[in-house]
Amino acid sequence: MSQNQSKFHGLLFLFFFILGSIASVWVVLRNGWWLPELASDRETIDKIFVTIFIIAGILFVLSELALSYFIFKYAGDARRKAFYLPGTTKKEILWSILPGVLVVMILEISAEFLGGASIWGKIHGEPPKDAFLVEITGEQFAWSIRYPGPDGKFGKVDPKLISYDNPLGIDMSDEASKDDIVFPAGEGVLYLPLNHPVVLLIRSKDVIHSPFIPNFRVKQDAVPGMVTRTWFVPKKEGEYELACAELCGLGHYRMKSLVVVKPMEEVQEWLSQQTPAGDIYW
Amino acid sequence: MTGHEHSQVEVHHKEGFIRKYIFSTDHKTIAKQYLITGIIWGFIGMILSWFMRLQLAYPNQPIPLLEKILGGWAEGGILKPEFYTALITMHGTIMVFFLLTAGLSGTFSNYLIPLQIGARDMAFPVLNMLSYWVFFAASVVMLISFFVQTGPAGAGWTMYPPLSALKNAVPGSGFGTTLWLISMALFIVSSLLGALNYITTTLNYRTKGMSMGRLPITVWGMFVTAILGLLSFPVLLAGAVMLIFDREFGTSFFVPSGLVLGGQPVPHEGGNPILWQHLFWFLGHPEVYIVLLPAVSIVGEVLATNSRKPLFAYKICVGAIIGIGALSMIVWGHHMYVSGMNPILGEIFVVTTLAISFPTAILIFNYLVTVWRGSLRFTPGMLFALGFLGLFIPGALTGAFLATAPVDIQLHDTYFVVAHFHFTMATAAAFGMFAGVYHWFPKMFGRMMNDKLGKIHFWGTFIGVYLIFFPMFFQGIAGVPRRYYSFTEYNFTSQFIGLNKFITIAAFIAGAAQFIFLFNFFWSMFKGPKADKNPWKANTLEWQADSPPPHGNWGPELPVVYRGPYEYSVPGAEEDYIPQTASIKVEAK
Ligand code: HEM
Ligand SMILES: [Cu+2]
Ligand SMILES: [Cu+2]
Repeated sequence: MSQNQSKFHGLLFLFFFILGSIASVWVVLRNGWWLPELASDRETIDKIFVTIFIIAGILFVLSELALSYFIFKYAGDARRKAFYLPGTTKKEILWSILPGVLVVMILEISAEFLGGASIWGKIHGEPPKDAFLVEITGEQFAWSIRYPGPDGKFGKVDPKLISYDNPLGIDMSDEASKDDIVFPAGEGVLYLPLNHPVVLLIRSKDVIHSPFIPNFRVKQDAVPGMVTRTWFVPKKEGEYELACAELCGLGHYRMKSLVVVKPMEEVQEWLSQQTPAGDIYW
Repeated sequence: MTGHEHSQVEVHHKEGFIRKYIFSTDHKTIAKQYLITGIIWGFIGMILSWFMRLQLAYPNQPIPLLEKILGGWAEGGILKPEFYTALITMHGTIMVFFLLTAGLSGTFSNYLIPLQIGARDMAFPVLNMLSYWVFFAASVVMLISFFVQTGPAGAGWTMYPPLSALKNAVPGSGFGTTLWLISMALFIVSSLLGALNYITTTLNYRTKGMSMGRLPITVWGMFVTAILGLLSFPVLLAGAVMLIFDREFGTSFFVPSGLVLGGQPVPHEGGNPILWQHLFWFLGHPEVYIVLLPAVSIVGEVLATNSRKPLFAYKICVGAIIGIGALSMIVWGHHMYVSGMNPILGEIFVVTTLAISFPTAILIFNYLVTVWRGSLRFTPGMLFALGFLGLFIPGALTGAFLATAPVDIQLHDTYFVVAHFHFTMATAAAFGMFAGVYHWFPKMFGRMMNDKLGKIHFWGTFIGVYLIFFPMFFQGIAGVPRRYYSFTEYNFTSQFIGLNKFITIAAFIAGAAQFIFLFNFFWSMFKGPKADKNPWKANTLEWQADSPPPHGNWGPELPVVYRGPYEYSVPGAEEDYIPQTASIKVEAK
């Protein structure tokens, strides 16, 4: 039994967690592995994330060290008997419930107090009336993009009308369709105005996809048969990547689109240079 | 309830090989059958993960050996993307269901429940045998799916329609998915047969003196697990049948109208893909606890025995297990925060998820206190039990991020999730299973496993697992999506090329350590030193039976229980353990 009572394992646990924590911090700092730069108004998400990260980080280090220390300290010894502690008295029961309450309170309720519920409500609530509208439609394995044009309204779509020439099935008999600007799958850019609320209408033609813009903290599934929606305010000029986050087939990993954020005037100018649907479809 | 008489001592004729080893109704043999089938599945699942890791570390680089092994799936030595999706699907399915549900529950519920409650066998031995053979059939069907032309299922282990419902959506959604669904339907039938048996046996076949309050924590864990399975698996069965109908008979439960796939209109009308997600996760979330609870309870037993201390606050631990089981039925929506589900529902699931971390935290804390001031004995089983705690802690803590709906918007379907569930459910449960195998091997096979090899196995696996999965948290934080065939397409993912190589190397090292286990397991089965009745000086009933116990487990008399299972190091007692069958009086202060 003696080899089963050595301090070796405890030392190795301690060594592993101490060295591992230091090495992780060093590697992560050196490489700057962190959330992608925030470029939207969803800073609350980052705030909650960082708060939980700090609390969970401390709890992680403390509990792993406690575990390792116990393993080291209480390695069996023929001269010492274990401490008999069945945990049946009131005081001990309290002791076992308290940490549970504490951990839950600290970690999660505080996260909600930081504005979790309210940002969730905001994201899913009504966007401002003057928001910039854009529609993104997933299909295997690219995104189509549509802007409503000067009337600010999307024309009707009907899947029965979908053809090679009319990939979104836009109903051209609808007046609102004529000025829509349509980019077929893979050919469009998501041009968004800086500091102006943007509503993203999300659709899918075939299976579930999920547009994900890491820099914006935006992700919302594209569900066939439904229009889902999310809204946000781009806060930094620049180019960003949009990826697909829901497994949609063999090309899931390359279902990419470009997002460009420019001041409103430039976006409007760019839009005015595009050919409206009425001039392409008839 | 206690003292249910069940002592018809069977007279044993010599059984033929087939009755004894193949179509046996002995719960111990069935347990071993589950264990060995589970181990085979575990190795298959692990080797699949190696292929995935190779692809992620060396995207677009031809590896000629791959073509030799995989043929058309890796033409020119480069894995095809459609095979990658099949790999993740099969890896996930095999690991979650075949290894950690059937392999884990099947082995330990079967082995431990009758022995630890002092019964001669399960309540329904023939059903029990059927349960294994239906599982075996499920295994065969799942294996066959690897060899069909279009490959095995490829829509992820979650099988979200329409991807899984439309046969042309991905090659794996052809015949491979049909086989997947048939296999899962068989699998569920097998689990239900098992669960019925576990519940009935626990309730009705406890020996004299074995009240519910004296059940070892393991039996409680398996019991609650069986109830969970019984309540949630049928829902997935219904879902699977509906999906089969959508695929084969033109119904539209999950496929809405107006779809156009690859330029072709899809004939379905009126279904809803989110319905599947509710049905799937109604099982899927309890499922992670079906995987976890047996592991957690094995860990509790092994920790107490090898700390030579009573399990701290036994009653609270049992309460926590019941609480986790009950709450696990009402948290499934936390997998669906960005699915398009009603956002108010999302908020409700935040609250229930928050609630479930409460019993979980209590349980883990009680385990830590159990170790505290013990007199620890580092058997390989004990190391794996301690390792379980070491892995479960980061897993559980990172659950707090994912439970918070707005944060989950960013982290959902990224490698953060991959890391999270591999720590909590996957590797932690695997560690629980290893702890159980090392701990009960002497009882199962009557021989001891090699201690040194066990320890090398432990350290290789523990360090390996950390090196594989810990860095994935940071990949996920940086936004890297999961289920990606390669990370080369995006700037925000390609920064991890170097790290991916590192993770892959770690995966091979951790994998190599499993072969040490394999060798130790089979070698010890035949060549290990003979084990006596109670090598760990443990209290529970199985250690009063011979190693291995004969058919019928006990001699002519059933054991009688006089005390709880965790009277270790009681002050005033002669030894540091008091078997549950000891009728002596020891007054603890
Ligand atoms: C040998 C160590 C293991 C390695 C190296 C490993 C590696 C991986 C990899 C690379 C993925 C795919 C990630 C992606 O592309 O999104 C994955 C997915 C997964 N793994 Fe493991 N894994 C291991 C053990 C396990 C175990 C023991 C389980 C048991 C529950 C498990 C369950 C899963 C599940 C459920 C998925 C998700 C499948 C899906 O997305 O459909 N893994 N694993
Ligand atoms: Cu996708
Ligand atoms: Cu869940």
